Amino acid sequence: MALHGRDLVSIRDLSREEIVQILDSARRMIPLAEGSRTAPLLAGRIVAMAFFEPSTRTRLSFESAVQRLGGSCLTIADAGASSMRKGESLYDTIRMLSSYADAIVLRHPNEGAARLAARASERPVINAGDGAGQHPTQTLLDLATIRERFGTLAGLKVVLLGDLKYGRTVHSLAYALAEFGSELVLCSPESLRLPEEHRDELHHEGAKVTDEPDLARAVRDADVLYVTRIQKERFTDESEYRAVVGSYRIDAEVLAGAKPKLIVMHPLPRAGEIAPEVDSTPHAAYFRQAFLAVPVRMALLDAILGKRRGAR
Amino acid sequence: MRELKITPIRNGTVIDHIASGLALEVLRILRVRQLDRDSTVSVAIRVRSGKLGWKDIVKVEDVELEPRTVNAIALIAPTATISIIRDYKVREKRAVDLPPRIVGVLRCPNLNCISNQAEPLESEFEVVGRRPTVLRCAFCDRRVADFLRHLA
Ligand SMILES: Nc1ncnc2c1ncn2[C@@H]1O[C@H](COP(=O)(O)OP(=O)(O)OP(=O)(O)O)[C@@H](O)[C@H]1O
Ligand SMILES: [Mg+2]
Ligand SMILES: [Zn+2]
Repeated sequence: MALHGRDLVSIRDLSREEIVQILDSARRMIPLAEGSRTAPLLAGRIVAMAFFEPSTRTRLSFESAVQRLGGSCLTIADAGASSMRKGESLYDTIRMLSSYADAIVLRHPNEGAARLAARASERPVINAGDGAGQHPTQTLLDLATIRERFGTLAGLKVVLLGDLKYGRTVHSLAYALAEFGSELVLCSPESLRLPEEHRDELHHEGAKVTDEPDLARAVRDADVLYVTRIQKERFTDESEYRAVVGSYRIDAEVLAGAKPKLIVMHPLPRAGEIAPEVDSTPHAAYFRQAFLAVPVRMALLDAILGKRRGAR
Repeated sequence: MRELKITPIRNGTVIDHIASGLALEVLRILRVRQLDRDSTVSVAIRVRSGKLGWKDIVKVEDVELEPRTVNAIALIAPTATISIIRDYKVREKRAVDLPPRIVGVLRCPNLNCISNQAEPLESEFEVVGRRPTVLRCAFCDRRVADFLRHLA
């Protein structure tokens, strides 16, 4: 398919059709991700995991995806500190790596690192998070979770809750959902509002976006409640942090007024944003979301790197 | 006759139609970007102008501006025109204009951007809006509007 050999730096690098293709393929990958079937789609392929910042979940799910498809990984788990770098530039490191592997998965603390890596590399680069910037595979698996439950990405009402300022997952998710024609409700404390430039951009795309700082009201007729972590470091004042965290906690009481089909999502790990009592309700979708990380990444790797099978 | 507020120059560059008040910023760009210490520079501030009401003019002897310098001027003083003088005559005159990409002129305001780290790359911005000019970092997507503060 058209994704073969391409980089994935930002979710905007993908058209809507390409996103749908990946999500469809991800659905077919589920039995492979569960290990109940095997298919050597990446046999003989080597994928480098260049993690310049710790991120166990993302890395493990990528490694699992590669190995389930019969490929193998070159992992640099802590590339930033490793003796391999010795003060070497990212540019040089990536150039070197691209001669050892067929594709590079990059996690890096600096925004724009993946863009630079894509220029440096002769092989496709997949951005697995660059600083506060993009994390397109997270967006893909978020979309996969929503689509699995609702069968569509259009016409839904999605509440984005919590840290909409620094939370890197929400910006590209908001953009993608708007592209597919869902409505966004922004629910955050004043200090963590979605930045103006993202609002401008969403409006520019013709997105339907409203603010509803009151959680109970935001939840009332929502289809999806996407919860993000609120980080303590973002607050100068401990008591303000506590107040915010307290008013954005999801528990049975908050969900009492929700639609029966509402799903609660969270990129994990959670830190008290969602009470454990929610886990056993049909609303909880965050563990499914975590599982879908593997088939979605399998689908993406297959599209970018897999053996081409006839005309598709 | 011409508005030669300042003595004619034999060879060099005239930056005319600078919105009044911006001449010193243009000088700053010239100094930052290009000018060697020996160039003679004359500046006229608040000159009557038909088009702009008031304008500033900067003339630099024996220097023809590099494209990047012109790009920097275009960011700060979009109304400026640049005339190349050779042997006392205007040989070339053009409005400054912004190419779709601005390379190496500005620093990204995002300190955490990869373009602000020790990497072998030049800063790069895409022009995403005109009038007013809005630029977006080609690496981290951050927008810049206050160009003066971010000249590289
Ligand atoms: N020999 C020279 N030395 C210094 N400045 C000069 C010389 N010749 C022209 N200029 C200046 O260069 C600019 C362009 O010259 P030109 O003769 O095209 O001016 P103009 O007729 O006023 O045109 P414009 O519409 O650009 O104002 C003017 O600012 C003019 O004053
Ligand atoms: Mg004139
Ligand atoms: Zn930048």
